[in-house]
Amino acid sequence: MTGESTIVIGLLLPEVLGTYSDAGNAAVLARRASWRGIPAEILILSADATPPASCDVYLLGGGENTAQLFAADWLRRHTRLRHALDTRAQTLAVCAGLQILGQSTRDRSGHHHPGLGVLDVSTAPGRHRAVGEIITSCVIPGIGQLIGFENHRGLTTVGHGTGRLATVLTGTGNGTTDQAGRRTEGVHTERVIGTYLHGPVLARNPALADHILRTVVGNDLAPLDELPDQTALRRTYLGPPATRRRIHIRRRLPKRLTHQG
Amino acid sequence: MVTSLAVMGWVRASVSRVRRGWARSAVRAGLAASRLSRRLGLGEGSIIGGRVTLALDPDALSRLAAGRCVVLVSGTNGKTTTSHLLAAALRTAGRVAHNATGSNMADGAVAALSAAVDAEYAVLEVDEWHLAEVAEAVDPAVVVLLNLTRDQLDRGTEVRAVAAALGSVLVRLPRTLVVANADDPMVVWAAGMASRTHWVAAGVCWTGDAASCPGCGSILRTTGGSWTCACGLARPEPDSWLDGELLRTGQEVTPLSLRLPGRFNVGNAALAVAAAARLGVPPRRAATAMGAVESVAGRFAVIRRGHQELRLLLAKNPAGWAATLSVLEEARALLIVINAREADGRDTSWLWDVSFENLPRRVVVASGERSADLGVRLSYAGIDHRTHPDPIAALALLPPGKVDVVANYTAFHQLLRRLAPRADTP
Repeated sequence: MTGESTIVIGLLLPEVLGTYSDAGNAAVLARRASWRGIPAEILILSADATPPASCDVYLLGGGENTAQLFAADWLRRHTRLRHALDTRAQTLAVCAGLQILGQSTRDRSGHHHPGLGVLDVSTAPGRHRAVGEIITSCVIPGIGQLIGFENHRGLTTVGHGTGRLATVLTGTGNGTTDQAGRRTEGVHTERVIGTYLHGPVLARNPALADHILRTVVGNDLAPLDELPDQTALRRTYLGPPATRRRIHIRRRLPKRLTHQG
Repeated sequence: MVTSLAVMGWVRASVSRVRRGWARSAVRAGLAASRLSRRLGLGEGSIIGGRVTLALDPDALSRLAAGRCVVLVSGTNGKTTTSHLLAAALRTAGRVAHNATGSNMADGAVAALSAAVDAEYAVLEVDEWHLAEVAEAVDPAVVVLLNLTRDQLDRGTEVRAVAAALGSVLVRLPRTLVVANADDPMVVWAAGMASRTHWVAAGVCWTGDAASCPGCGSILRTTGGSWTCACGLARPEPDSWLDGELLRTGQEVTPLSLRLPGRFNVGNAALAVAAAARLGVPPRRAATAMGAVESVAGRFAVIRRGHQELRLLLAKNPAGWAATLSVLEEARALLIVINAREADGRDTSWLWDVSFENLPRRVVVASGERSADLGVRLSYAGIDHRTHPDPIAALALLPPGKVDVVANYTAFHQLLRRLAPRADTP
């Protein structure tokens, strides 16, 4: 079995909570650990077996509505896992994953579906679907701006004692504001990072991946060289605003004016 | 009394004459707009032409389809290829209207029908989101349903909603035969609502979206190629099935020998043969005609450029990539071109559901407007690569010899225009 120093990453129900390619986050964590010489292992935790309660990190992804109800029901049945999420493991919960860890979700016909109750959040359907790029400013020191793509209809209200993950700069996020009137995104507790930034959020934001690894390992990590395309990737979505504006204006000009000769 | 009846009759006849004339004018205006668009080099012209016709005559689609034998081809992947195979088969029986360039919404269908008003058959590739609208207008003889998986989730909603919408249209078409893939649970759930079905076991390349039941959300049980759910949804007994490259329907055996590569194209051909048979083209004749198809709107085309021989492949979602990975040849270098425009879907998350980890060792270059997203994905997959956003410049980073070029939708069309500027289908 795994040695004491191996990080075990449990990917929960990828067959139903994999709509938005969230499984990539497991690969990012495992790679970033192994590049530092820390062995890491990914366990696929499917619905047909009892999930181990001993993983260091659990990942919950996004899914369609029927799949989300199935997943919530399945998680409630596995009490040892639920206990691990509450008391010892780290969890990254994305989109539907975030919603089902909460107290309850209300569907569009008004029915309340109980969540796992790991987080003090509740979700109701919004008026419009929030679809598009999102940029937030993370509350965790040293992480900076988070970039991602959101596609959901949830309005998530975060309880007073529960911290947000980030403040929305562009996009929707939780769709609610905190007491200070800031538009919030996701949740951040001692054990859980929840977010609406779906897909490979950890690939776009390696600092967040390293934060999770650091929490699991319990001490600072060796620095890693940045991946060759990482800077270009961040620039694609964050880009200096001045450059983006200039391109915008150039597009409006007739071609003769923008092409010399 | 008699006079007033005669007057009414005359008025009605005139109105209908004017309407027919108006409809013809609408078609002519559309064709003119399309010619103009082509001459100005703005594109194929089928979309603008169809839009002009539809704006002038909202019923143009029904009118143009009336009296013809119409087949609609829909699904997430393989629409263009399957419609080309089917059109090749039907051409052995008569003239065929076909939206060959892949303009697959109502405007594209109108343009294709306008361009061939005397064709007795029409093969229309239809985007799965527009199938409802088009099917209601044309009352098709056959609908071919290939597969339903994730594609552009940021634009549509989830795949299950697509399947539900399709099902609700099929219920309302009692005369239509639905030729559907029995191996795809989403397709079966949607096509199960149709009154008449012909099930073809055409296979699936990717099961990522099919693990949970489209009907009830439980996990599907799969055993030896078959699948069932506790709620009762199950793989239907196929009417036709594949045995290697042989298509079997009851006692009838049809060899499918294609020039197009890949197991998935054999599946596409199987569905096309079943549809053609329904329209009176004997399976062997259909299969022979399909066997002559070499490339499809630039896909699978081979282009020589300097010392390189490029084979162009289009893959735009995880299922398409799963199929494409199976035809990549080990000896070839690989250029991957990824954009994220409206038609591609703005969200690049899907790249993380492609098993790039399984790429055999080769020289790889990442390119396109989202080359950085792709490059990061390849790094995490452990694939050594270089990156250049411009695909033509990226080709210079690859060695001479055979190169497989895999691009997603808009990247593919941009590249095709730059490599073969004057040819629609090189």
